[in-house]
Amino acid sequence: MDYAPNTEAQLEDMLRVIGVDSFEELIEAVPEAIRQPALDLPDGEAEAAVISHFEALAARNRPLSATTSFLGAGAYHHLIPTVVDALASRGEWLTPYTPYQAEASQGTLQVIYEFQTMICELMQMEVSNASMYDGASAAAEAVVLAMRATGRNRVLVSETVHPHVRQVIATYLSGAQAVLQDIPSVNGVTDLEALGKAMREDVAGVVLQQPNVFGALEPMAQASALTHRFGGLFIASVYPVSLGLLQPPGAYGADIAVAEGRCLGSPIAYGGPGLGLFTTTNALLRRVPGRLAGCTVDQDGKRGFTLTLQTREQHIRREKATSNICTNEGWLALRAAIYLSLLGPEGMKDLAAQNFDKAHYAAAQLSGIPWVKPTFDQPFFNEFALTFDSSVSLEAVQRRLSAAGVTAGYPLAGWYPSLPQSSLWCVTETLSREAIDRAVSALRSLA
Amino acid sequence: MKIPAELLYTKSHEWVRRESAEVLVGITEHAQQELRDVVFAELPAVGRVVAQGEAVAVVESVKAAFDIYAPVSGRITRANVALTKTPQLINQDCYGAGWMFAINPSVTDEFAALLSPSDYGKQLETQAH
Repeated sequence: MDYAPNTEAQLEDMLRVIGVDSFEELIEAVPEAIRQPALDLPDGEAEAAVISHFEALAARNRPLSATTSFLGAGAYHHLIPTVVDALASRGEWLTPYTPYQAEASQGTLQVIYEFQTMICELMQMEVSNASMYDGASAAAEAVVLAMRATGRNRVLVSETVHPHVRQVIATYLSGAQAVLQDIPSVNGVTDLEALGKAMREDVAGVVLQQPNVFGALEPMAQASALTHRFGGLFIASVYPVSLGLLQPPGAYGADIAVAEGRCLGSPIAYGGPGLGLFTTTNALLRRVPGRLAGCTVDQDGKRGFTLTLQTREQHIRREKATSNICTNEGWLALRAAIYLSLLGPEGMKDLAAQNFDKAHYAAAQLSGIPWVKPTFDQPFFNEFALTFDSSVSLEAVQRRLSAAGVTAGYPLAGWYPSLPQSSLWCVTETLSREAIDRAVSALRSLA
Repeated sequence: MKIPAELLYTKSHEWVRRESAEVLVGITEHAQQELRDVVFAELPAVGRVVAQGEAVAVVESVKAAFDIYAPVSGRITRANVALTKTPQLINQDCYGAGWMFAINPSVTDEFAALLSPSDYGKQLETQAH
């Protein structure tokens, strides 16, 4: 982010326009104690010295491109076609924010409308909003919607839903009269029998993730049918890339389907930003949180776009609003729309097949090591859990692979204490067979 | 402003028609005029038990959404499903085909708290000034 600072003359100009004599006068309203925090910075250095200092710091980063990474666990490394950056960085999209002068932003509204259309197609759902902060907050909004739509307050969440998503749901419900209940898993997937026992007429919604946190495939259709038998809403949290291969949420009767959409053309940059996908059925249209772009015709019969159904939103409906979100992730939704239109349905199938094939190849090779075995016996998409013999420490695995330029899978013990010797391995289209083979032989040489 | 003489009213602009075992509820002409073009009505589930003053339905126009309150306590016996397809009935015939729901009252003396046609008319006049 290169910039040239304002000159003294420019600062004086601005102060004169505002009508104050000095910068200190401008910030007078700010309590003195926090006005000028003492920053522990060294004295000024020459420009060249500052640049080389920061270059040295940056060199300590290990970019994904410089390693063979098996990390996934909710943040997945996918190729971003160059055209996504080329189009998304055009000046027309300079303001990434949700349009407030909506009808004057026809281009942005059209992008949102097309984004919604493509997300509906991908999910096979009837309605998509303009996007939300991230997959976790979309899941929490889905739970809130289910409670409001059913007038019930018990929510069942499988323990195979990503722990961060479960935490965000718990945070959203912390002020509400809600009962949040975890459903246990057996052999890496939701225990349908336990779910059946927990189901009652007071259950607002059931949340399952597909593929689940272990990468394993859940019995979505059965769980959905079970939920509906008791009048609850079925909420599916899905992985968009998997939908080129797996059944879409609409096919198994999900009432609400949410996802982390960052994998569609945006980088996993240091934890953020995310792109929340939120889709539902026509029956729940008026309860959708956030923005919705609609297509219409103007008085001359020409096609135009508009923000629609705004009576759900808090600037009109105040405390009765469906949600306090009045925005969207405009720029990331744009990237997802470019990415999806570039790949198309066939491209999404190819992408999913590559992820599936490479992950299954890697799983077979890694499980061929005598002291490594699959943690669960379940079908999976592009991620799987491995359990290491107790004679091998996960730290040693990580160190050995790191020395060979490989980032090992994510240790599961922090999230699931009953799996102290297990880690989660993800393989996307970014890994070549050679890279996988190199990683496997590096690991094999450990013991 | 039409304020039928045979109905009772609430301060929040609902009308109440007492029938044998139930009361019919809708919104007044004043309310539908204020709302302008109604585009959606969210109705209560039949069988739901409601308390006097509780928000039980929602009427939405293009620009706003308003809660509709139960004028008396009781159980919802019917909802006007015609409104789900044709919410404009509320504008066209607010005292007839645009009725919203029916309640089987559980507390008889709550009717005393409702407004007579003349009291409701006075309230509208006061509001206008």
